Amino acid sequence: MVNVAALRCKECSREYPIGAFNVCDFCFGPLEVVYDMDAIADIASRERIMSGPNSLWRYADFLPAEYNPLVDINAGFTPLIRSRGLAERLGLEELWIKNDSVNPSYSFKDRVVAVATAKALELGFETLACASTGNLACAVAAHAARAGMNAYVFIPSDLEAGKVLGAAIYNPTMIAVNGSYDDVNRLCSELADQYHWAFVNINVRPFYADGSKTLGYEVAEQLGWRAPAHAIAPSASGAMFTKIYQGLREFEQTGIIDKVETRMHCAQARGCSPIATAYKEGRFVIRPVKPATIAKSLGIGNPADGYYALKTIEASGGSAVIAEEHEVAEGIKLLAQTEGIFTEGAGGVAIAGLKRLVERGEIQPDEPTVVYITGNGLKTTEIVSDVVNPILIEGTVSAFEQSVGVKA
Amino acid sequence: MATTMQRVRFTFLDHMIKQPVIYRMGHDFDVVTNIRRADVQEGVGWVILEVEGELEEIERGLEWVRSLGVRVDPALGDLIEP
Repeated sequence: MVNVAALRCKECSREYPIGAFNVCDFCFGPLEVVYDMDAIADIASRERIMSGPNSLWRYADFLPAEYNPLVDINAGFTPLIRSRGLAERLGLEELWIKNDSVNPSYSFKDRVVAVATAKALELGFETLACASTGNLACAVAAHAARAGMNAYVFIPSDLEAGKVLGAAIYNPTMIAVNGSYDDVNRLCSELADQYHWAFVNINVRPFYADGSKTLGYEVAEQLGWRAPAHAIAPSASGAMFTKIYQGLREFEQTGIIDKVETRMHCAQARGCSPIATAYKEGRFVIRPVKPATIAKSLGIGNPADGYYALKTIEASGGSAVIAEEHEVAEGIKLLAQTEGIFTEGAGGVAIAGLKRLVERGEIQPDEPTVVYITGNGLKTTEIVSDVVNPILIEGTVSAFEQSVGVKA
Repeated sequence: MATTMQRVRFTFLDHMIKQPVIYRMGHDFDVVTNIRRADVQEGVGWVILEVEGELEEIERGLEWVRSLGVRVDPALGDLIEP
């Protein structure tokens, strides 16, 4: 990759050659990919992007892996929809919904895994792996199937089997680990050290994380080559939130768009809000929590990029909001019933967070605003099962008219 | 038994900040601790360290740390993602 210079520690800035590692040997800080932005600026242009594929690979110049059709199941380049009903309900004049729930395995995780998989192949790996309770497992299993790679998916043994059907269908080797959440964490850390596998969010994490930059690039392109005034995204590890902003800033830095003045707002649910709580208390130290939220796809109690998410909020003049647990289902229903988009718990949190930001006056009615919807509602139907209330009638027109209160 | 190494993050809340937890872990258990990075502020602090020893002894030591009310997590955050 001509555009990728090195891996660099986010804490002590030591540099490492490109390879499958994610931790600084000296300070144990996380590594990130360093790009040669001048080289990218020399070749990147709006025209070059627009002539690329209708997937995240149209931004290949900005990514740490080469486009590889063996991996591509069309992750990314999802719709950005101008809101009508929700915007009207909230009193906003220019609200946009980034609908990432329509990715190949129905969440934004396809973006990060697509990049991780392409990089894993470049680095000579034959096996993809992850520990996951949901969306990540689906994306890893799907991309491994496409790429002809082996896949290992580790899940806690007490996870309901139905939760991982979306991953199991691609036939990965699925391992249910007896023990606590911490035991699964520890096992995967040890396996990542001992096996020559690409654990997508461990040893190839620097590349994996950068897949989320495309959520920034795409929104800028789809808005007509400009950055929004506000972006609201749900956060679990904090990585996606941080990378959206990095993506916008890289477009600015390379002259693809003008000045970025986007305020980044992070939304979390009350039952797992370590980042938003730290923001509220005005500190940069994350207190890990035990997740207890209905929005399970945001259930990371010890967020790897929590600190960097807080720094992104600070740098962009943004904020963090906490959605109450009961507001999650309300948010899902509001989006479905005003826009025709069915999202999972994380999307409910984003919508509830957006609503709160508007109520607080943080978002002015005329400011272009984007809310990120990162996963599909069909994965978590139990959250909103109370919407199913059919009107039971006998099979006659009169029974229909009487029960429903209409007349031909 | 072979020795192994774990990278962990201790999060201290309130009163625990004043306790010499890492010193006592190294003293009372057969493990070697090596602090790599830390941030201690009023009311909350964290330390990222390497703990080396036999797996069982590391486990015993970390369990003792947990029993004091210190939170023990993987150094780089949760590896299980939803």
